[in-house]
Amino acid sequence: MYSEKVMEHFRNPHNMGEIPDADGVGTVGNPVCGDLMTIYIKVKDNKLEDVKFKTFGCGAAIATSSMITDLAKGKTLEEALKISRGDVAENLGGLPPIKMHCSNLAADGLHAAIQDYLKKKGAESK
Amino acid sequence: MDHTAGKPVDPRVLEAMMPFFTQQYGNPFSLHSWGNEARKAMEEARAKVISLIGAKRSEEVFFTSGGTESNNIAIKGTAYRNRDKGSHVVTTSIEHMSVMNPCKALMKEGFTATFVPVDKYGIVDANALEKAITDKTLLVSVMYANGEIGTMQPIKEIGEIVHRKGALFHVDAVAAAGQVPIDVEKENIDLMSISSNDIYGPRGAGALYVRTGTRIQPIIQGGGQERGLRSGTENIPAIVGFGKAAEMVQTEMQAEGEQLTRVRDRLIKRLLDSVPSSFLNGHPTQRLPNNANVRFSYIEGESLILSLDMLGIACSSGSACTSKTLEPSHVLLAIGLKHEEAHGSLLFTLGKQNNEEDADYVANALPDIVKRLRAMSPLTPKELRS
Repeated sequence: MYSEKVMEHFRNPHNMGEIPDADGVGTVGNPVCGDLMTIYIKVKDNKLEDVKFKTFGCGAAIATSSMITDLAKGKTLEEALKISRGDVAENLGGLPPIKMHCSNLAADGLHAAIQDYLKKKGAESK
Repeated sequence: MDHTAGKPVDPRVLEAMMPFFTQQYGNPFSLHSWGNEARKAMEEARAKVISLIGAKRSEEVFFTSGGTESNNIAIKGTAYRNRDKGSHVVTTSIEHMSVMNPCKALMKEGFTATFVPVDKYGIVDANALEKAITDKTLLVSVMYANGEIGTMQPIKEIGEIVHRKGALFHVDAVAAAGQVPIDVEKENIDLMSISSNDIYGPRGAGALYVRTGTRIQPIIQGGGQERGLRSGTENIPAIVGFGKAAEMVQTEMQAEGEQLTRVRDRLIKRLLDSVPSSFLNGHPTQRLPNNANVRFSYIEGESLILSLDMLGIACSSGSACTSKTLEPSHVLLAIGLKHEEAHGSLLFTLGKQNNEEDADYVANALPDIVKRLRAMSPLTPKELRS
């Protein structure tokens, strides 16, 4: 059902864990639906210095979480905000159609973490 | 350990079937000797199925393509035929989709249906069932055992209630037949569905028991095979295999049941003992010998299945992520689980080749898998993270 790339990320997910002093945190999904994802980011000089995730969910949810951390690390915030759900799926060699909407939340999680960071920063500068 | 999804055909069954593909390929409808041969083989198979379920007469068993078709004929066939007597059917909230969906289809055709609730173990609420039956009720359909949580119903007692209230009693025994002894006469059953593959026969065959005198009409019309109730050329190789499987399972059921119950209880106990925040779904003792359904909090079933598959262990889950509809199992919701609890359920259905070693293999592998997935999950409470 899943591509080899998805299984690789499911078996050995990259950047799993929390960042205790994260600059931004984004949580998307809902355990009722079977997927819940939290993305943590550390920002330095407008770039994503570190990205980590914690995920409750299916194989696709875990693999997309792992992939988004790879795609986002080292990017500027503007670049990272442009990463789409489609980019995540494409880099994983595709996802089963039924998983495209329900489990492909990682890009949303990353964007939510960046928005959280920007909001906090805005509050600080006020 | 996913035998509800599919069982291997017993080699003795396959051997019995083989001549009917290439040599004895007659049609029971034909008058010549090839036809006679096929007809004889089919009636022998019927006698074996009759013996398995305690039926009295050969006219009471009709061959179908499997459990789904048997359930459809039983529900729609009795509803249409008895429309002059009533317009209401009663069933439960944990039935197989091949009972649920025909009942829902009837609701679009002017019938009404009541889905009686079950308790936290999956046992049907007999009081609610009795109250649900009105003078408009023509049929009550209750499964013998639930294939997902393993819970077995007090069929005989439910049958008494149904008959006292004057309705017909249909039992979906697809999951139970061949695992536990069933007697349609003693257990007050008017109609009963069984399937060949669930007793180690081939797919594509099943049967519907219809007690003599029960008013029913066909859903599939055609050349009038199976005395008009199920037209279509008989699938003789599959029916012969089904008969052979019925004969074998009748003699081997008790020993297999005892063996599987031992393996089942060992697996359940070891999993509950070794994994914190793990729970049994279904009834602890009123349970099919082959069924172990355990749920693990804070993680999701598909991830568990993929992890176990890497170790050569096959099982299934009630998680939405493993279903085509993206809804968790209606059975797990009916026993009162929350969506997120249903997601973390794992179903092991044992087959006769499974032994204690298999139970230990699974029980040794699962704690680490659960730990790994819980370490990833944002839902896991602190004390379970390390």
